[in-house]
Amino acid sequence: MKVHSWSCAVLAGVLALAGTAHAADSLTLLNVSYDPTRELWRDLNASFIAQYRKDTGVTLVIKQSHGGSSSQARSVIDGLEADVVTLASFIDTDAIAQRGLITGDWARRLPNNSLPYTSTIVFVVRKGNPKGIKDWPDLVKPGVEIITPNPKTSGNGYLSFFSAWGSVVLRGGSKGDATDYVTRLYKQVPVLDSGARGASTTFVQRGIGDVHLSWENEARLEVEEAKGELEVVSPPISIRAEPHVAVVDASVDRKKTRGAAEAYLKYLYTDAGQEIIARHFYRPSSEAVLKRHAATFPSLRLFSIKEIALDFPDAHKQFIAEGGVFDRIYKPR
Amino acid sequence: MSDAQDPAWVRWSLTLAAMAVVGVLIVIPVAQVFVGALGNGLGAYWDNLFADADTRHSIRLTLTVVPLALGANLVFGVAAAWTIARFRFPGRTVLTALIDLPFSVSPVVAGLMFVLIFGLQGYLGPFLRRDGYAVMPYLFSLLGAGLFAGVFVLFRPTRPRPRGSLWNHPGLVGLLGSVAVFAILFFAQQYFEVWPRDQSLKILFATPGLVLATAFVTFPFVARELIPVMEAIGDDEEMAAVSLGANGWQMFWRVTVPNIKWGLAYGIILCNARAMGEFGAVYVVSGHIAGQTDTMPLRVEKLFQEYNLPGSFAVASLLTLLAILTLIVKTGLETRSPTEGPHVD
Amino acid sequence: MPSVKRRVLPGFSLSLGYTVFYLTVLVLLPVLACFSKAASLTLAQFGAAVWTERTRAAYLLTLGTSLVAAVVNVFLGLLIAWVLVRYRFPGRRLMDSLIDLPLALPTAVGGLVYASLYAKKGWLGRYLVPLGIQAAYSRLAIVLVLVFIGLPFVVRTVQPVLEDLEAESEEAAASLGATRWQAFRRVILPPLCPALITGFALAFARSLGEYGSVVFVSGNMPYKTEIAPVLIVARLEEFAYGEATAIAVVLLAISFSMLVLINLLERWSRGSEAHV
Repeated sequence: MKVHSWSCAVLAGVLALAGTAHAADSLTLLNVSYDPTRELWRDLNASFIAQYRKDTGVTLVIKQSHGGSSSQARSVIDGLEADVVTLASFIDTDAIAQRGLITGDWARRLPNNSLPYTSTIVFVVRKGNPKGIKDWPDLVKPGVEIITPNPKTSGNGYLSFFSAWGSVVLRGGSKGDATDYVTRLYKQVPVLDSGARGASTTFVQRGIGDVHLSWENEARLEVEEAKGELEVVSPPISIRAEPHVAVVDASVDRKKTRGAAEAYLKYLYTDAGQEIIARHFYRPSSEAVLKRHAATFPSLRLFSIKEIALDFPDAHKQFIAEGGVFDRIYKPR
Repeated sequence: MSDAQDPAWVRWSLTLAAMAVVGVLIVIPVAQVFVGALGNGLGAYWDNLFADADTRHSIRLTLTVVPLALGANLVFGVAAAWTIARFRFPGRTVLTALIDLPFSVSPVVAGLMFVLIFGLQGYLGPFLRRDGYAVMPYLFSLLGAGLFAGVFVLFRPTRPRPRGSLWNHPGLVGLLGSVAVFAILFFAQQYFEVWPRDQSLKILFATPGLVLATAFVTFPFVARELIPVMEAIGDDEEMAAVSLGANGWQMFWRVTVPNIKWGLAYGIILCNARAMGEFGAVYVVSGHIAGQTDTMPLRVEKLFQEYNLPGSFAVASLLTLLAILTLIVKTGLETRSPTEGPHVD
Repeated sequence: MPSVKRRVLPGFSLSLGYTVFYLTVLVLLPVLACFSKAASLTLAQFGAAVWTERTRAAYLLTLGTSLVAAVVNVFLGLLIAWVLVRYRFPGRRLMDSLIDLPLALPTAVGGLVYASLYAKKGWLGRYLVPLGIQAAYSRLAIVLVLVFIGLPFVVRTVQPVLEDLEAESEEAAASLGATRWQAFRRVILPPLCPALITGFALAFARSLGEYGSVVFVSGNMPYKTEIAPVLIVARLEEFAYGEATAIAVVLLAISFSMLVLINLLERWSRGSEAHV
């Protein structure tokens, strides 16, 4: 019967579709990372895939997901099956660990507290530095417009906040001084993008603002792209950003990709990996490689988060979370 | 019409004002899209669209997600219009109002709702992650039951059949049939593992989630178009067909569809345009995996974030071309059937 | 249940059943999930989530900009509908087709383009910014993009009514000595009012939920240019699901009441048309 064969065909089609719904996960890794690292992972992945193929004969496919660091953490918690997470800060990775997706004392599993690279916050200014911005106090000079992302939604954002705070209290200022300072600073922010890239676009493409508080690597990239229109100014003191990397145990155990995922992260510590990292303006954790690239990485006083709070979650709670310092100081203009 | 009544200066100033408004609000932005896209020449434009694997994939993904969502909403639209326009029953007004509900839901909230259901922290998430494919036998037997019901309603012969004929026992046939389908699939799953066992059924952060979010947001379009059209046309022709012995399918295909085809086409076009352009809901459920879960509007945003303004405009231009095509088809439809004019939302 | 009179047309139970099923699964269950998640908060938590200074600013902004945009659209929409229906000029058909573009254009594209146009270096921004008109990353930007989105609603609601207006009333008014303006105010505008109000309500409702375009152009500054949907996403990303859902529920309640209002308005306007 005509109807019968037609409905059989439909059923077969639907079955086929349903059957193909599960992909072959064993050869694919998903790396969930934060906004500015697109180019870095593009190069790292190409290099690692080649290396892994040479070592094991298996050709990996590595998928990348990028977004705001907290937003990405939220997605992983909601079920985005990342094999590795390479997010902007301890807080985001820890949030995933708190939900049980990463087990145990994850930070200790890899060298240097799971930090193959670190970074910091620097300033990007217009050509010639017309407003003469050299250090943190210069930011709050009248008439200076600052571009920095929202500390509540962006790793770059809250690291800038911590740097600003630290620049006051670590130079002898009191908490009250620091509060005044950040209040003035955020009053002079015309646009508060939700992510690092958004802020870059605002500063570079839209031409808004006099100084951009940016990741160090982003700053270098921005300046390269701008072909002379922008300059990097490294303040004498800034926070040491710690973008931890971790394997997501729940995913790799379910997808049986642990071997490849762990090899992937270990690769970041090899010479080849560290070179690529340095080339993309991230501070490699290997002393030797860092020395080789000393020209690109001026030595600033990089202070650890422990100098202004107990640790990252504590700093976040004090300053950024609901009811924290930022909420108290940030008001509409 | 009343050309003569307004003085010429009024006519011209109003016309020019209107043109200025349309120009600034609509024409200039569209021009900006194309200038931005073609700014580096046709070669670069082509490369932006088709040389990048991720962009190519996003085009393919949109072209997969949208027809699925559209198809589902189309079937629903026809069913809803048939129910509401042709029958009177208690709760009819409530049903009509509920169909409009997705209009009042912000797309972001729509995405959030699906995260609440299918996310790992949500209601169904953990189950789907553990052994998601276990739902398949149930889903398919439900589908089977629906198909049985559909076959019965549409193809039931209008002449009375002998006692023992299957057509006279729809309930029994339906029930037994569905149970049979379920049993077959259930045992097939247990012994032959038709679907993977103890595997995660990916809904969120994968194509099914995108389809769901898109279907939700474009839910009312087809129905809202068809209901007034069917009400306006009236059921005389269909009644006549039935009284002349047509079965359900014949009546539907030979009488209903030709009458509603312009409304149907218009609803499909609107639904399609909205589905292709949907951003907010898809943004929340996508996962932003480049080359896997980025639809075209998400790709526009991602390229924008990557400093790649020409690339962003290139993909945007493709979407804009589609919008313009939608307009052209819609204008063509209007000229074809001026009386059954399409209705705005 | 109605009397035993058998329905002549087939397929009632099937189509009703499928309609209700699809509606439940795709629409009602998700909405229910949202409400039930919000209900998991205590009343105090709920209140704390939906009534902070930041959320109040977001509601006000969402409601305010949508309202302003809808009002602007009433005037612009009336102007455009008038010109399209009453006058003949070259390019009329083109203009008529273009009106629907905001409906067909993806919201992200609209947002991207508006952000580029009115930025300091944009085609229009380069003239407006020196004049002090900040039409990107400001409340004005939100209103502008919402006007763009809502324009077709008013135009398309008013057009059919304008077309159906009988010339006799106007001619009668003219022959009785009314000036053109008086004729407009007393004879033409009254029957248009229901359509204008409906168009306004539709544009307003549409703007309330808009995310894709606003998120590109507003700058998303909390307390200043952060619309409610953006706030919901921000809460989500702080892992505060309950609170995000609470705000979503409030937004839903507002929009749904708007929808009911629109339906009532449409019924009223159809009713009053019958009197004409």
